[in-house]
Amino acid sequence: MVIQIDEISKLFGTTAALHPVSLSIPGGALVALLGPSGSGKTTLLRILGGLEYPTSGRVLFDGQDATGMTVQERRAGFVFQSYALFRHMTVFDNIAYGLNARPRASRPSKAEIARRVTRLLDLIQLPQIADRYPSQLSGGQRQRVALARALAIEPRMLLLDEPFGALDAKVRKELRQGLREIHDTTGLTTVFVTHDQDEAMELADLVVVMSMGRIEQIGRPQDIRTRPATPFVRDFIAG
Amino acid sequence: MSDIPLPPAGLRPAAARRFHAPTDEAPAARLVLILLAVLGLGVLVLAPLATVFAEALSRGIGTALASLSDPQAWSAIRLTLLVAAIAVPLNAVFGVAAAWAITKFDFRGKAFLITLIDLPFSVSPVVAGLCIVLTFGANSLIGGWLVAHGFPIVFALPGIVLATMFVTFPFVARELIPVMIEQGRAEEEAALTLGASGWRVFRTVTLPNIRWALLYGVLLCNARAMGEFGAVAVVSGKIRGQTATVPISIEMLYNEYMTVAAFSMAALLAFLGLVTLLIKTALEIRHADQLTAQRRH
Repeated sequence: MVIQIDEISKLFGTTAALHPVSLSIPGGALVALLGPSGSGKTTLLRILGGLEYPTSGRVLFDGQDATGMTVQERRAGFVFQSYALFRHMTVFDNIAYGLNARPRASRPSKAEIARRVTRLLDLIQLPQIADRYPSQLSGGQRQRVALARALAIEPRMLLLDEPFGALDAKVRKELRQGLREIHDTTGLTTVFVTHDQDEAMELADLVVVMSMGRIEQIGRPQDIRTRPATPFVRDFIAG
Repeated sequence: MSDIPLPPAGLRPAAARRFHAPTDEAPAARLVLILLAVLGLGVLVLAPLATVFAEALSRGIGTALASLSDPQAWSAIRLTLLVAAIAVPLNAVFGVAAAWAITKFDFRGKAFLITLIDLPFSVSPVVAGLCIVLTFGANSLIGGWLVAHGFPIVFALPGIVLATMFVTFPFVARELIPVMIEQGRAEEEAALTLGASGWRVFRTVTLPNIRWALLYGVLLCNARAMGEFGAVAVVSGKIRGQTATVPISIEMLYNEYMTVAAFSMAALLAFLGLVTLLIKTALEIRHADQLTAQRRH
């Protein structure tokens, strides 16, 4: 799905989290929103997911205006920074949540739900953990369960907020590869937020560098490395 | 620390033997503090409580039970249970609604709403009762109209329920707010992105996460609802057999020197309170993790 962001701005009270920004994301791309904290990257991601409404501007999905769409209608698979797994539910119930929440007419049968959950657990390479609770999982396992839960709703796009933020360096490396593989298998347009330039450069097809609520540069990783557009980008990727 | 083998005590330097943790008190000080606490508890709590049961049973358990089965006593017990059965569920609903609004949304006047919730803790129950009498009494505009239409508030059940609800309003909300603040909005947001409606999110995510705190708040609310005296005394009119709750009856019986009857009722009320305390303690032990956010009162 092609995502277009057209002059989106966001004010919190009187502070501008986003100055009008525009961005076009090609279908099937893996895009990183890269920037320090307070750069507006998470706000932009939440606007795409329908968790925040922009103060002005439009969001278009495949050319259609989606600005007024509710969070439920958008069908965006969202992975939260601390994963936000439902702590009182097993891994199975977590992943099945989106399917169970569908209206009766479009809800798959119990057997079909079980089949899909099993397939997703295989996809994230954790087939044995269906009966465990989130508190019994490691950080890396939680991240993958959150990913499976987001994929279960057959989303139109994947949005990930600092998906590797809470993990140690070794697990982080492994899961980067995991996300790349899942992206390539599903072909979903994927946007992830990160403050780690290595992560953005290594993983993404397209990197969007942000600072102070503005987009500093949009480009392929090697272009940003070789031709930083602004002094900020040069400093940021050097640090 | 325990992995490091220590030399025998005699060989350790004197300073090490004298060392104790900076937060440890000297044994004598410890003993004095413990004695003070035990003495305070004994004189202020245990002795009076024991006296209530002793007085109730002073003429044997038969007399005590007989005084409880007196029609007027029985009517007081029924009224108290009825009032609690109406006031507690309503306050549970209001408390959840208030806590939900305060913790999940940002809006103007939030601080004012939080203060308002705490108001019943700072206003004397007698004053609260008086406010209800002035607002809904037969001489007021609303009260006059309601009485004319055969629905009196004051000196009747609705007034007692209102007074009880006012006094017990903060309990549920106060228990829930810290828990819900700590849990944040992320799980609810996740459920929304997965396609769940607002009501479904509340039912399947919010409510299960706050269930123990809610039960805890309801228990405290219930204990207070059954024991409330001041506000109810003002609005009830103390009509024996009609608007006298258990606490009101205890006071009236005591003033009339009906010691055994008064203490039997008191023992019953104390017993209900103790049961509440027991359930509350059991909850604290089993679900401490979900209740830790709220050790405030």
